[in-house]
Amino acid sequence: MASAWYLAALLALVLAWPVCLKLSSITFAQTHAPDHISDTQFAAPSAQHWFGTDVHGRDIFSRTLYGAQISLLIGVVGATVSLVIGVLWGSMAGYVGGRIDAVLMRLVDVLYSLPSIIFVIVLMATLGEAAKQTPLMQHSPTLAGALRVALLFVGLGSISWLTMARIVRGQVLTLRSRAFVEACRTLGAGTGRILFRHIIPNIFGVAITYAALTLPGIILYESFLSYLGLGVQPPMASWGTLIAEGVSQINPVRIYWWLIAFPGGILVTTLLALNFLGDGLRDAWDVKGR
Amino acid sequence: MYFLRRLLYAVPLLLLISLLAFVLVHLAPGGPFDRERRPASPEIERNIQAKYHLDEPVWKQYGRYLNGIVHGDLGPSLKYRNHSVTDIIAQGLPVSMTLGGIAFCVALAVGVPLGFFTAAQRGRWPDFLGSFLAVLAVCIPSFVLAPALILVVALKLRWLPVALWESPWHMILPSLALGSFFVGQVARILREAMVTAAQSEFVTAARAKGLGETTLLLKHVLRIALLPVISYSGPMLADLLTGSFIVESIFQIPGIGVFLVNSSLNLDYPVIVGLSLLYAVLLISLNLLVDLAYTFLDPRVKYE
Repeated sequence: MASAWYLAALLALVLAWPVCLKLSSITFAQTHAPDHISDTQFAAPSAQHWFGTDVHGRDIFSRTLYGAQISLLIGVVGATVSLVIGVLWGSMAGYVGGRIDAVLMRLVDVLYSLPSIIFVIVLMATLGEAAKQTPLMQHSPTLAGALRVALLFVGLGSISWLTMARIVRGQVLTLRSRAFVEACRTLGAGTGRILFRHIIPNIFGVAITYAALTLPGIILYESFLSYLGLGVQPPMASWGTLIAEGVSQINPVRIYWWLIAFPGGILVTTLLALNFLGDGLRDAWDVKGR
Repeated sequence: MYFLRRLLYAVPLLLLISLLAFVLVHLAPGGPFDRERRPASPEIERNIQAKYHLDEPVWKQYGRYLNGIVHGDLGPSLKYRNHSVTDIIAQGLPVSMTLGGIAFCVALAVGVPLGFFTAAQRGRWPDFLGSFLAVLAVCIPSFVLAPALILVVALKLRWLPVALWESPWHMILPSLALGSFFVGQVARILREAMVTAAQSEFVTAARAKGLGETTLLLKHVLRIALLPVISYSGPMLADLLTGSFIVESIFQIPGIGVFLVNSSLNLDYPVIVGLSLLYAVLLISLNLLVDLAYTFLDPRVKYE
């Protein structure tokens, strides 16, 4: 329960912070704007800058919250993409069965044996390059940034639906021989109607639970890619890029621990909360995990 | 028989993976020579293109590539001139494998006892503490743990070297940073499996015969519960052996993970495809080994 509260508080803060900046006095809004560059480099956490400042004198508290927007958005959309593809794929395979089932699931097996990390790295590198070279993107940086995020949705969604498809297929296999489905078929309902009206609503609890369990994984993947420079591009920030900036400032003379501790701490606690929430959902729905 | 067929299946699978990687990197606009070392004149550019056969259609390049593989040649690197992909692998793989091997040992040496302990103490506070630690280990990404370890252990306390790969002392921090995620995973998988196994009938029967709790857990429950851990350790080992891009780059370790990321960013076609293939071969063969090990460990498992 604590994790749900934590997530709700984080979400509220992330959404409210830009509004707070708008409403507050001009000087406060200026010094705390996530991309406001100032002379106070590497200020340690203080009453003015709660999380300290970075190499360009930007407020890390603000940057962490703005980064959270991107990280959480990608996590939620990525999990939804995997939910939609996984449910459609799995229920098709499970309900129609026969040769279609064999083909669909064999494809899943093949994709499983692909090295997914390498696949995403290559995909993001090549697609990112392609996006950079189109003339439209060179004109409008905002659009380029948005496209980059959309690429992340596609890339991360496309590798995380496999387990979902397997679980859904297993569920559908047990459902399709149940009496109410047979009754429906006898009454002359078509495949589409049975699937969407009767089967999918029944597996929804399981599917949602599993989507909640993939959510932290996708957030982790996103920060991992952004850390490598393949995900979100500056001046946009996500937790991954913030931590990468902190790592690049590691030096033997001065220790700027706040550059890593705060974005990293928020990332870790969010992942923890999501994990606990997913486990709780799983226990509540009694889903047998793989 | 089953394993022969699995081996045969692996061949088209590897072909497919190589084709996919090959086509994917060639679809990207631009080429490996566009960035920093842009050729001086169109003529030189044409010459370079011709030297690496980049002017040929993709299917022809792919055929040439496959022919090279059969002869044990993975092609030249386009970025690191004068290095072939085989050179890069020969140089980086031993380092990555050492690091991964140590991390693998850490994962099992800490993860198995932790999982066993939490399962044995199920429902009591040591279980909650241990399980929390396991989840925490899973939730701390290596790119947070590695800099934290560097800042605290290497820079603040000055106990261990910050980076590089020279003495056994240099290996401690990277293998901890790499292994901790898998420690958590192993512990969680083992605990789950032990809790499930402890509810089966043969355990009740053994208990009814008067077997002590410790012997029961060690000899009967653990044996069954190790199976999922073993099946997880196949992909885990493949992951670890091929190097972690993050840990290698943070600690400046000359493994192959760094090469993969750099070559992806520079569109160094042969290196990308070669390393993807290497990873796929490792993954497939380790999964096969795991399945083989299953037949020995669990006589109930039969493949046909």
